[in-house]
Amino acid sequence: MKAIRNYIKSLFLWELLKGLKLTGRYMFGKKITVQFPEERTPQSNRFRGLHALRRYPNGEERCIACKLCEAVCPAACITIESEQREDGTRRTTRYDIDLFKCIYCGFCEESCPVDAIVETRIMDFHFEKRGDNIINKEQLLAMGDKYEKQIAADRAQDAPYR
Amino acid sequence: MVEQINVLWNALPLGLQIVFQILAIVIPLTLAVAYLTLVERKVIGYIQARIGPNRVGPRGWLQPIADGIKLLMKEIIIPSGANRALFIIGPILAIAPALVAWAVVPFNETMVLANIDAGLLYILAVTSMGVYGVIIAGWASNSKYAFLGAMRSAAQIVSYEIAMGFALVSVLIAAGSLNLVQIVQAQQGSFLHWFWLPLLPLFLIYFISGVAETNRAPFDVAEGESEIVAGFHVEYSGMTFAVFFLAEYANMILVAALAALMFLGGWLSPFQGIPAVEGWFAWVPGIVWLFLKITVLLFLFLWFRATFPRYRYDQIMRLGWKVFIPITIVWLLLVGIAVLYKLPWWFD
Repeated sequence: MKAIRNYIKSLFLWELLKGLKLTGRYMFGKKITVQFPEERTPQSNRFRGLHALRRYPNGEERCIACKLCEAVCPAACITIESEQREDGTRRTTRYDIDLFKCIYCGFCEESCPVDAIVETRIMDFHFEKRGDNIINKEQLLAMGDKYEKQIAADRAQDAPYR
Repeated sequence: MVEQINVLWNALPLGLQIVFQILAIVIPLTLAVAYLTLVERKVIGYIQARIGPNRVGPRGWLQPIADGIKLLMKEIIIPSGANRALFIIGPILAIAPALVAWAVVPFNETMVLANIDAGLLYILAVTSMGVYGVIIAGWASNSKYAFLGAMRSAAQIVSYEIAMGFALVSVLIAAGSLNLVQIVQAQQGSFLHWFWLPLLPLFLIYFISGVAETNRAPFDVAEGESEIVAGFHVEYSGMTFAVFFLAEYANMILVAALAALMFLGGWLSPFQGIPAVEGWFAWVPGIVWLFLKITVLLFLFLWFRATFPRYRYDQIMRLGWKVFIPITIVWLLLVGIAVLYKLPWWFD
């Protein structure tokens, strides 16, 4: 009896019609597309995007060239060279990050004793020439200057959990 | 003004007149194919809770044009192991039948390029040619995926051709003519007189076979992206690939048009025979009704594609040989008996 019922059901395309009904309903349903450059999905304050080097409020750069980030980086994408400045402090002369090698794990930020290297919320960037993927100290500091407000706010929001 | 145009038209040599008529069919058809691709992406997008292409032009209306230009500019790569002549002939053979069949498709009582008495036979003959394009393309590519795709689609198209042919034969019995204009005129009366009702199972079988014939989802094992990359047209690029694409969509439109003509009363108004409403819509030209019917059937093609998963190969063969062919043969007998005894309402 059940076999006959199944046979009739399949002959009259019953299940297929049910499927069509479902997709037909979705056609008039709400669309979930986010139109990216104009609309964006919400981001966490812990988002790990493009890197930046921060400064102290008095304008002094934070990085002291301890090379912890270079050591911890699992992708080995950070290259640091340092020397002594006239006032006797150690500073970097070179701080390069190869963004093709970087896996955006955030270990550099975790390891930094002075909160110099950070990862910002910026996730849509591109390069137009070969070699542009390696960003240097000036670019990193410029990023830090440009987004300092956002960076500081994100760090402050995360502070109670650290 | 109209008279002047008529005089001018009649002054043209017959050959030129026919060329213009052909252009008047093929150019709108090509445009329809182009925009069908956009509509398909939009409809499937909507069904999948997306919004589909909307970047090129207002609301994405220029998307097909951008796609066309892109494909035109691309290089046509001919694989080194391929048979060059056949490789080029393949796509041409695929699109030619899809366009040639339109010669006998009537848009209303008088608007038909070739009003021949063997119209249905011509359609059957010409649409069967389409499979050669696929087989030749698959063979000439000299690639295992292309060859597998060609074999699959050849077997599939041949098996569904039979069910399709039987469905058309019963239309021929019911209408008593092979001429497509007369087939439509035999459905006059009301929308209940159209052949979809007395030939309901055959209408469904014809349409499903049409989906299978055009290698559309859920019968698209010939391309089966997940199994054989893209089937018979893996090796094609640029314009040669675009021609296959055009052929597939032109075939969809053709199948929808034929289903509308043979089962849904072609250019006849759906309000015919309903006393009051018939008058309200009397001003609508028949060609509009035909286009509306084609549009609805084409929408079904897209709806199917967005809904059904691909059939397994043995399921396709089972459906074609063990379900459709027996049903068509039984219904063919019933239709024959109904016509013989002049069943009232439809065949009197």
